[in-house]
Amino acid sequence: MIGFQHYLLLATILFAIGIYGVLSKRNAVAVLMSVELMLNSVNLNFVAINRYIVTDQAVGQLFALIVIVVAAAEVAVGLALIISIFRQRKSVSLNDFNLLKW
Amino acid sequence: MNMNDLVFMILGLITLLGALGVVAFKNIVHAALALVVSFLGVAGLYFQLQAEFLGLVQVMVYAGAISVLVIFAIMLVMDRDPETTNLSHKVNRWWGGLIALLFAALIGASIWESQFTIQAGNVSVDRMGQIAELLLGDYVVAFEVAAILLLVAVVGAIILAKGAKDQ
Repeated sequence: MIGFQHYLLLATILFAIGIYGVLSKRNAVAVLMSVELMLNSVNLNFVAINRYIVTDQAVGQLFALIVIVVAAAEVAVGLALIISIFRQRKSVSLNDFNLLKW
Repeated sequence: MNMNDLVFMILGLITLLGALGVVAFKNIVHAALALVVSFLGVAGLYFQLQAEFLGLVQVMVYAGAISVLVIFAIMLVMDRDPETTNLSHKVNRWWGGLIALLFAALIGASIWESQFTIQAGNVSVDRMGQIAELLLGDYVVAFEVAAILLLVAVVGAIILAKGAKDQ
């Protein structure tokens, strides 16, 4: 019987895949895509909790909606930054963005 | 096993395979397309959780707008052979895999051991009406701030991508 905990476990695995992508990828666009995966897993948690734990209000879905809005803004600014850096450095590899590195 | 369990398993499998594709494909265009598959799987899970409005928003905003934005950005910054655009760092891939595995094991075990008070029964109320009342009622400030945030972010993105001219 599939229940609440299975949704939470699925969201956990999705978040772990996102963490792996953020920590290991060299392409800046791939890192942004992994961040989107993590945001999706958080939204899945919100909606599942709204469905199983607090069913009389729609607050969980509302939060998920606002997270989607913030994620859209984040990805727009992030991609614009990547394009802007690409114009200077002719690369999107995170190894080349070492201007502020210790 | 009833129908709902089967649907959950299929949708979960689609979501996880799409997510694995994002980190596993060597070509970043293929990774972006796998990301769309994962978004659509999550949208199906929203429908399965009786959040129809959010499922439609997911399809439109994520699978429609954000993925197109990502693919356009990839097209603009493609600078080498496409087959080597989504490689992993040589050392960090092991650390990243270790940290991700530890995270999944820790959180997964604690979820599995926890007891939740589930409210039984289907949701039969008018969800979209509830969301509308909350958005323009108790949470109207968050709604307006989100609107301004989107506007500022899009204007900022245009300025950043276009490049500022010297006066």
